[in-house]
Amino acid sequence: MVAGLVVAQDIEKRFATGVEALSGVDLSVERGQFVSIVGPSGCGKSTFLRLVAGLDEPTGGALTVDGRTPREARRDLLDLAFVFQDPTLLPWRSVEDNIALPLELRGETDPDRVAHVLDMVGLADFAAAYPAQLSGGMRMRASIARALATRPELLLLDEPFGALDEITRQRLNEELLCLWQQDRWTGLFITHNVYEAVFLSQRILVMSARPGHILAAIEVPFAHPRDPDLRATPEFVQIAETISRQLGEAGA
Amino acid sequence: MEKLRTLAANALPSLLFFALVLCAWHGAVVLFAIKPFLLPGPLRIASAVAANLPRLLSATLLTAMGALLGFALSFAFGFLVSLLFSQSRLIERSLYPYAIFLQTVPIVAVAPLIVLWIGYGLQGVVAVSFIISLFPIIANTTTGLTAVDPNLLDLFALNNANRWQVLFKLRVPSAVPHMLTGVRISSGLSVIGAVVGEFFAGYGTEDFGLGYLIILTNGQAKTDYLFACILFCTLLGLGIFTAVGTLSNFLLKRWTGTPE
Repeated sequence: MVAGLVVAQDIEKRFATGVEALSGVDLSVERGQFVSIVGPSGCGKSTFLRLVAGLDEPTGGALTVDGRTPREARRDLLDLAFVFQDPTLLPWRSVEDNIALPLELRGETDPDRVAHVLDMVGLADFAAAYPAQLSGGMRMRASIARALATRPELLLLDEPFGALDEITRQRLNEELLCLWQQDRWTGLFITHNVYEAVFLSQRILVMSARPGHILAAIEVPFAHPRDPDLRATPEFVQIAETISRQLGEAGA
Repeated sequence: MEKLRTLAANALPSLLFFALVLCAWHGAVVLFAIKPFLLPGPLRIASAVAANLPRLLSATLLTAMGALLGFALSFAFGFLVSLLFSQSRLIERSLYPYAIFLQTVPIVAVAPLIVLWIGYGLQGVVAVSFIISLFPIIANTTTGLTAVDPNLLDLFALNNANRWQVLFKLRVPSAVPHMLTGVRISSGLSVIGAVVGEFFAGYGTEDFGLGYLIILTNGQAKTDYLFACILFCTLLGLGIFTAVGTLSNFLLKRWTGTPE
C-alpha cells in the first residue's frame, strides 16, 4: 500500500467530559485524492477532521499527515487549509482582504494569487464588497477562495455546504470539483449528504454512530470531469443507495 | 429631497407632541397661577435662556470639556484594562470584582472624597466623570475581546498566527461592536459624572460648569435659570449621544452591509 498523505491508525478520541467521540478509526487518504467521510450527525466526523488539522489531539492511536504529527506538519507549513461549516469571514474586512488573511498571517503578500483565486470562485467583481453584502453561497465561495489562497496540499472541508439551499449546494459542488481538477489538492470532505459525497469523491468512507469508526470504504468509479447530469444516472443512484443503506445500518 | 421628506415625516409627530406639551405646560402655569419659583412657564425659561446665554454657553462648554476628558480617560484606561483581562484569565479573575465594586459604589456618595483627594476645579470634575464612565467600557470591551467566534480562533491557529496577530487582527476588531455599546453608555454617564463632579468640585466664581450653575441658581431660587441649566445639560447629553450614535453607525457599516 502506498503511504497516504493522511494516515490514521486506531484513532481514539475521548473528551474530558467522558464522551467517547471516536474509537478505532483506520483510514488512509492518498495524495491528490478526494475522499469524503459520511456519517450520522454527532458521529465524530468533524472531530476527526479537527484532529487531522492539529486543532485537537487524539487520545489514542497514531495519526500522521505527510509522515509527521498534524501539529508538526502545520508548523512546518505543510499547506493545509480548513473550510468550516460557516463561512467564518471577518465582517470588517472586504472579500479581498479576507482572502489575503492566511497569506498575511504568514507574513506574505501575493495580490496576484488573491486575484486569481477570486477569479476562480467567480467573485472577481466582489473583491471590494464586505461579507454582509454577499449571499450565503457567495460567502461560502469566498471562504473556499481563502482556503485555496495558500495553495494547500491538503484541504479539509467540514460540511461547508450544509447551510445552503439545494440548488446553491449543487452548483457549489460542481464548482468545487472543477477547482479540484485544476489543482489536484488532496481533499478530505465531511458531509452527511450522500449525493454530495458521491458526486464529489473518488472514495467514500462511511462512519458509524458514536463512538465513530469506519464501517465501509466505497470506491466511486466515475471518471473526471464529471457532468452535473451524472446525478441522474442509474449507476450514481445505485452507489448513493448503497451508502444510504449502510448509513441506515450505522444508526443514522 | 426624498431623504429630507422621510426625515420630516419621522420627526414631525414627535415635534408636534413637543409643541403640544409646551402649550399644555404654559396653559397650566397660567390657568392655575403657579408661582414661577415653583414651576416657571416655557416663555419664562426661554427669556432666562436669552438673558443668560453667554454664561450658559460657557458653562456648557466647560462641562462638555470635563465630560469629554473623563470619557476619553475612561475609554483609554478601560481599553487597556480589557486588553489585559483578555490576555490572562488570572488577571481578569483577580481584578474584575473590583471593577464591579467601582460600578456598584454610589458615585455621588464618594464624589466629595474624590474631590478632596484630587482637588477642586477641572481635575476633580474629570476624575468623577472618569470613574462613573469607566465600568461600561471595561465590561463591554472585555466581553467583546473574549467572545470571539471559536472557528475564527481556529482559522488563526491553522495559519500559525502569533498572540499579537490574534489580538490585533482578530480580537480587537471583532470587539468593535461591543466596544461601541460600551461607548454609548459611557458617553452618557460621563456627562452625568461631570455635572455631579461640578456639584462638589465647583470651579470658583469666574469659571464654572453647569453643575455648579445648577447649585448656584437653586440656592438663589432662580428657578427659571435652573430650568435653563437643565435644558442645556439635556442638550449637551443629546449632542454627545447623537455624535456617538453617528460615529458608531459609520464604524459598523461593514458589519451591517450598508454600502459605503
